[in-house]
Amino acid sequence: MDFGPHLLLAVLEGGVTAAVLALTAMGLSIVFGVMRVVNVAHGEFYMVGAVLAWYIATALGGNPILGFMAAIVIAPLLVGSLAAGVDRLILRRINYDPERTIVATIGTLYILQQTTLMTFGPDPRPVEPPFNSRIALPWFDWNQNGLEFYYPWGLSITSYKLFVIAAAAVILITLWFAITRSKAGLIMRATQQDSDMAQAFGIPVKTVYSVVFGLGAGLAAIGAVLVVPIQQAYYLMGHDPLLLAFIVVIIGGLGSLPGTIIAAILIGMADSIISVFFTPTLAKIFATLLVATVLVFRPTGLMGKSTA
Amino acid sequence: MTSTAKSNTLHFGLLFFLAIAFLVLPEYHSGNLARIMILAIYAMGYNVLFGYTGLLSLGHALFFSAGMYGLGLTMHLNGWTPAPAFVAALLASTIVAAIVGFLVLRTTGVAFMIVTLMFAQAGYLTILYFGTYTRGDEGFALQQATRQLIGFDLTNPSVRYYTALILFSVVLLLLAYLVRSPFGRTLVAIRENGERAKMLGYNVTAIKLQAVILSGVISGASGAAYALLFGYAGATFATVQYSILPLLWVLVGGAGTTTGAFFGVLFMTYLIDYASGQTNAYLIVVGLVLVAVTLFLPHGIVGTLRNKYAGWLP
Amino acid sequence: MILSTCGLTKAYAGVAANTDIDFDLPVGQTRAIIGPNGAGKSTFVGMVCGRIPATRGSVSFDGTDITTMAAHERIRKGMAYTFQITSVFQGLSVRENINLAARRRLGKNKLAVTRKTDEVLERLNIANRSDQLASNLSYGHQRILEIGMGLAQDPRLFILDEPTQGLAESEVDDFNQLMKSMDAETTILLIEHNMNVVMAVAEYITVLDQGMVLANGTPEEIRANTAVQEAYLGTGHG
Repeated sequence: MDFGPHLLLAVLEGGVTAAVLALTAMGLSIVFGVMRVVNVAHGEFYMVGAVLAWYIATALGGNPILGFMAAIVIAPLLVGSLAAGVDRLILRRINYDPERTIVATIGTLYILQQTTLMTFGPDPRPVEPPFNSRIALPWFDWNQNGLEFYYPWGLSITSYKLFVIAAAAVILITLWFAITRSKAGLIMRATQQDSDMAQAFGIPVKTVYSVVFGLGAGLAAIGAVLVVPIQQAYYLMGHDPLLLAFIVVIIGGLGSLPGTIIAAILIGMADSIISVFFTPTLAKIFATLLVATVLVFRPTGLMGKSTA
Repeated sequence: MTSTAKSNTLHFGLLFFLAIAFLVLPEYHSGNLARIMILAIYAMGYNVLFGYTGLLSLGHALFFSAGMYGLGLTMHLNGWTPAPAFVAALLASTIVAAIVGFLVLRTTGVAFMIVTLMFAQAGYLTILYFGTYTRGDEGFALQQATRQLIGFDLTNPSVRYYTALILFSVVLLLLAYLVRSPFGRTLVAIRENGERAKMLGYNVTAIKLQAVILSGVISGASGAAYALLFGYAGATFATVQYSILPLLWVLVGGAGTTTGAFFGVLFMTYLIDYASGQTNAYLIVVGLVLVAVTLFLPHGIVGTLRNKYAGWLP
Repeated sequence: MILSTCGLTKAYAGVAANTDIDFDLPVGQTRAIIGPNGAGKSTFVGMVCGRIPATRGSVSFDGTDITTMAAHERIRKGMAYTFQITSVFQGLSVRENINLAARRRLGKNKLAVTRKTDEVLERLNIANRSDQLASNLSYGHQRILEIGMGLAQDPRLFILDEPTQGLAESEVDDFNQLMKSMDAETTILLIEHNMNVVMAVAEYITVLDQGMVLANGTPEEIRANTAVQEAYLGTGHG
């Protein structure tokens, strides 16, 4: 394949990465924005979402569409409840102290990951997508006949991948409306602004925190359920999404939906393109150093409010 | 007994116990203990920054592996002997710690944790990227013939054990001295109230940088010693896991205590050893212990002893 | 002059906390800075000791321009500073708190540090509490401890930000005695709201209002100054 089509492919794949990344990062961002804590176990909630999707799809047997639909509804709810439980049992008791929360969520990371290893096992397992037709994509060629379109071999995308991008967009738009227009969203934003003040106004801050923590994990799980028919469910699959989500949140700005979307698109595309044209390892080196550099030279504004 | 005398008794007592332990323990356990002592050096290095200065780094594997590869590569690729290779390792970790420290100290709190994590990740990925030299995750072995020091064969169990003990003693006694010294007390002051320390005339940033470098060098020494005594260097030691382990060890043993690091490594090593006999998901004990310690025993074993019964514990 | 400022100004995004402050402090004087809330007293003093960077203007200490000098370096030059909201080492003992203050100057000389700490503990009458944790002290005693930390540095310029706030009456009297007993070579600059303390202790007063110098004078002159009275009572301001 020539450069042009190759780039288009990378961009489209990047779109899928960006879509899932936007959902995952949004979850992390909301938690950090409202609760001022970093959930290091975020990637594991994502992974559990994918694993649960596998269990649900397998349990429902034959029809992949039914399995998928059940998974996309049930798995995020289960993961969200699990996360809310973690908040109630652990985070609340350490009073959301930033340092102790990091340690506690690292512990949670290991617990979730290893429990999955014990039950689900070490092998990646596939989930069938609900639909998966191949759509060939055209590319153009500028020659003596003028502008001519042709279908390069290997340049295609699947209908499912397009669906993932569309689904992510719909969910994020719904989330945007919920946060900015609904009463629940207002309560969330009030708690984010000033939790003491919110408490004084009768807002049950502790409950809000549990809900927000659950919501954050649930968003990651939705992303995972969307991606699992493309990748596979694997007990270590939470590691890379965590790293990328971190990068997106730090660059895009916490709690800001537009910022997260833009950063997710940038990072998703960059990761995909660099991976395609160079190596995935180089892409990751670039990404991690980028985050470090941003934080070193702009430590306030992003993390400024929660400096311990 | 004055508290200094008690402190000396404790430290020399521990070293004495470790010295005779080799003679009474079966080889499996003395082998374990040698490894535990080397990793305890790493934990003590981490403790300087976390327990005493109050800075939580999530990237110390970078320093550990700087030492490991500093010694490993010079011996494996350049044929250096252990002594100059060890110096190279110390130099490597000093330089890495100085550069990273200079950049990282511009951040505080959560940002500090994330930046250290990111630098360590970049370090790990770089080791993978240069796989032709480092052999990546697979790593490389250091041949027995090369691991000789002034006539002693470091692969011999007793030589290995007592070399580990000597290194451990040096670092333990250094730490014990540091804690009572003006520098050590200043670190604690910075941990307790950095703004107040600054307004007493202490150059807090410069002192923190010194702490990062000291912590980094000790961690690097541990990495180099590990490669030298156990004959292997690999990228696994640069992963996030090896940044979280010293945090775990220090938390369990007791941050801000001199002996806590050792007891933390001892406890967790045997716990993981036991768990790995039960399930291949043995790392779950890491998770459970981290959560339990954070919830119920935030001062760790030695720290809780100090708070409840023996206030003199260093 | 041990301390001089020239046109010292601090503006936060359009809000002027301090505007063009010219200030001269002779060696050995006890100067009080007073003014209504929000007058910019703490901001001014913050710029002097280096905690707050100035937007404009200069500060010189003992003839040296320290405008761009870092806070810790200014302290090393001979300033001591107590915070408006008491800031000590809560987790450490009273003795170690003062040790840390003394040790910065006296360094490795353990004997000198111990001697200085004992001296300060005696002078402030808290020797019997030397092994207590600072967090276990009453607020008033913590403030006294902080003053002790300043004394342990043998400062040339001692800056105190509302030192008597939260002290019991007897403690305030002790404070006044302490200030008066200070070495003639030590210059004292204190922000105070307690007018009794100001009248008892200050040789000269600077009044700030709305970020600017309103008046300078002896206690009697300031007491009689109508502009100062208006500033405090708020009459005549739109």
